[in-house]
Amino acid sequence: MTETTLPFMFPAYAEIFLLAMALLVLLVDLFVPERMRWVSYALTLASLAGCALITLAVSAGVGGATAFTFGDMFVGDAMGSALKLACYVAVAACLVYSRRYLEARGLFRGEYLALMLFALLGMMVLISANHFLLVYLGLELLSLSMYSLIALNRDSAASTEAAMKYFVLGAMASGLLLYGMSMVYGATGTLELPRIAARIGTGPVPELVLVLGLVFIVSGVAFKLGAVPFHMWIPDVYHGAPNAITILVASAPKVTAFAMAMRLLVDGLLPLAVDWQQMLIVLAVLSLGLGNLAAVAQSNIKRMLAYSTIAHMGFVMLGLLSGVIGGNLLSADAAYGAAMFYVVTYALMALGAFGIVLLLSRAGFEADALADFKGLNRRAPWYAFLMLIVMFSLAGIPPTVGFYAKLAVLQSVIAAGRVWLAVVAVLFSLIGAFYYLRVVKLMYFDEAEDTAPIEARADMRVLLSANGLAILLLGIVPQPLMGLCLAAIRQSYGLR
Amino acid sequence: MQAQTYWLSLAIWVPVLAGLAVMATGGDRNAHVARPLALLGAVLGFAVTIPLYTGFDAGTSAMQFTEFSPWIESVNINYHLGVDGISLIFILLNSFVTVLVVLAGWEVIQTRVSQYLAAFLIMSGLMNGVFAALDAMLFYVFFEANLIPMYLVIGVWGGPNRVYAALKFFLYTLLGSLLFLVSLIYLYNKAGGSFAIVDFWRLPLTMTAQVLLFFAFFAAFSVKVPMWPVHTWLPDAHVEAPTGGSVVLAAIMLKLGAYAFIRFSLPILPDASVALSGFMITLSLVAVVYIGLVALVQADMKKLIAYSSVAHMGFVTLGFFMFNGGRLIPIAVEGGLVQMISHGFVSAAMFLCVGVMYDRMHSRMIADYGGLANTMPKFAALMMLFAMANSGLPGLSGFVGEFMVIMGAVSHAFWVGFVAATTLVIGAAYTLWMYKRVIFGDIGNPHVAELTDINARELVVLGLLAVAVLGMGVYPKPFTDVMHTSVDALVKHVATSKL
Repeated sequence: MTETTLPFMFPAYAEIFLLAMALLVLLVDLFVPERMRWVSYALTLASLAGCALITLAVSAGVGGATAFTFGDMFVGDAMGSALKLACYVAVAACLVYSRRYLEARGLFRGEYLALMLFALLGMMVLISANHFLLVYLGLELLSLSMYSLIALNRDSAASTEAAMKYFVLGAMASGLLLYGMSMVYGATGTLELPRIAARIGTGPVPELVLVLGLVFIVSGVAFKLGAVPFHMWIPDVYHGAPNAITILVASAPKVTAFAMAMRLLVDGLLPLAVDWQQMLIVLAVLSLGLGNLAAVAQSNIKRMLAYSTIAHMGFVMLGLLSGVIGGNLLSADAAYGAAMFYVVTYALMALGAFGIVLLLSRAGFEADALADFKGLNRRAPWYAFLMLIVMFSLAGIPPTVGFYAKLAVLQSVIAAGRVWLAVVAVLFSLIGAFYYLRVVKLMYFDEAEDTAPIEARADMRVLLSANGLAILLLGIVPQPLMGLCLAAIRQSYGLR
Repeated sequence: MQAQTYWLSLAIWVPVLAGLAVMATGGDRNAHVARPLALLGAVLGFAVTIPLYTGFDAGTSAMQFTEFSPWIESVNINYHLGVDGISLIFILLNSFVTVLVVLAGWEVIQTRVSQYLAAFLIMSGLMNGVFAALDAMLFYVFFEANLIPMYLVIGVWGGPNRVYAALKFFLYTLLGSLLFLVSLIYLYNKAGGSFAIVDFWRLPLTMTAQVLLFFAFFAAFSVKVPMWPVHTWLPDAHVEAPTGGSVVLAAIMLKLGAYAFIRFSLPILPDASVALSGFMITLSLVAVVYIGLVALVQADMKKLIAYSSVAHMGFVTLGFFMFNGGRLIPIAVEGGLVQMISHGFVSAAMFLCVGVMYDRMHSRMIADYGGLANTMPKFAALMMLFAMANSGLPGLSGFVGEFMVIMGAVSHAFWVGFVAATTLVIGAAYTLWMYKRVIFGDIGNPHVAELTDINARELVVLGLLAVAVLGMGVYPKPFTDVMHTSVDALVKHVATSKL
């Protein structure tokens, strides 16, 4: 199916709708009084629901094919739609989980809602980018919204510092990415991702410039994923940002970073797979090692989860680097599908973990020290059980979904003939199990120090329970989601 | 061909669902509901395993009561269950012990009762899953999922050093399991995308691959058994675990490792098993002799029984890895299996005996006791029986397996049989010496004088085990009959080289 049979800009309808809604939320919020803020909040959630419906309609409209718009700069495919849906769910969960926390701190304002939507718009653009410039545009829209969100509590020195750090490092990473893009443009003469791949595949191109450009692009992607040695911002941002923003940083943008890696490396630079796979091996091993080791030493759960994120992104990279084996793409669908499954389920787990942190937070109390989890099983057995599921899932213990994510990635790594890499990965996972178990130990084996009652709205209670149970249920029946990820990758890349 | 039945699924899911129901009863206010409900679940769980035994056809080595349905199509993982003569008995044993464990914790556990009972019921179902799984990944999922409830049982209801013990237990077993996982995925790719254990059995493998896989499997299973020198987590876990935890750990969980050797290592890697049998025999003999001597000097009863478990499990691995001209020795393999079942009864009984004493005295130290025969005569008599079985007295269950393994060992090499036979001396020494110090003599501790004899509940628990121990010792045929054909098939399979 081509563009002519579909309405103009059809694949980008969700983005256009969201832009309009974000502006509307901003405008409406100017006129609603403080006690009526729920109007803007409801409008924000409604925009997400609308986006989901439109994305489903677009996905059905293009019918499994890949559609382009804006002069082939923007692509609508199955992988993009699936990842966007994951982002909607994640952002919606962030909004629900964060509301009480932000209200207690006087931060529940229109700017927050609008910035959340703009960040989401950036993610969507990035996910659908088929062109270097659009990648950059989406990335910057996302990043600038995030910088502001992190500094949302402007009176907090820690938050401002975190935002500043993120901004400086993020700007540098953007610079690296742009520099790399310019070199690839110089070598191939095009900014459009599939054409870059075609040029490299067919014609003679200056090897040195191209590989140099690739190094910078991989650095940019690694920064976004938070892979070692481009991970410096992660612990500080997770720690410094208000809990309500950390949950966003930890969830949807990871899904986006995966999409960015797929677009740049697979859509655009697949002929150089041998080169970037080598780079990803180094990044993945370093991330798994440093992430897991450093997480052991943390006493703050946000910092601990920050380092654990680094390790998990190492696993995502393991999937990404197992696609091309000996120059053929025979099992690429399994490898990229595994990475996609991993990143989506990781976002679910991060939402669960930070959701519990937000649940325990109250006015004047952040609940971000590991010690704050002591004796949770006495105080609130149900939430302790949910956190238990999340922790075992992060550790990759069956029957939780985290196990199948690791299994699928390890399977593709071993199918690619890198058994040693799988062994390294599982050994570092063993170290990882230690600090996840410590959280379980605090909740179940220790006596409570904090005895304040846990308060939350019904919507948050329900969503958090659904979130935790989903991790368990997807562990018992992983096939639907796994099949969806595989199908999305197969359709988008015409594999099999 | 049998008609399609679902007894195996019931054996797995009845206890799990009962566990969830028990958990749903909530806080300790409802403990009076949780306890009978858990007992009902455990009894039902045992009841659904009985048709497995009565309907079992001992004349074939094929898998019976099979169930098959696709589970995760994209990686070809199937919900594939079945039992043969080797795994059948363990499902029965496990479900039986679960009933005892629920009874044993009846009055003793007073905090978070529903969670405690739920953990044991869920564990019971998961362990039945391990024994019934015919898909390697299904096996792994059940194998690993067990860690979660056991970690909580040790950590929540354990003794003073429980946190350390729980963590050590978890990380030790996880380390081995992760290497096992990598091996399974490797085999999956070799087998052309299948996790069926039967496909792995047929898979040709080079010697290098076999040896590497053997050590990866060894890492997982030897920790679980546990074999010397990776046994050090066991005494810690046993000492800190509540009585029920110790019972399940010793009676069932240790069997998972030995069972996995039979299911995976021997049939998948026959050539490596032959080549490395000397290694396995040496480690087993070290466990039998050295750990036996270590048990002799323990001052803590639970530690003593824990070390005695390691020594007894050494007999099991010894039986599994003795070859005579490249062929497994059937009587030794069967002896190992019988020893596993017998140890399931005896170790459960011994830990329950210590539990009975601990509940009254809150001490596990041998030195705090003495003269129990005066105040607890019924208990002293029953414990006498179990102590005799633990030291391998003929006529009781402990003797049968040890005797079969020693017979096999002599046909393998005389000195192996000779060293193995020393266990009869060492085992008797540490068990009976402990028994003497605890039960006989004058009452040294004034608290002992105030003790009351076992109540009806404890009598039922220990009585059931006494019947099992005595019955199996006098007439082991019902246990050995079902395994003959399957063991013969295994011996035949392992004798065929894969190179």
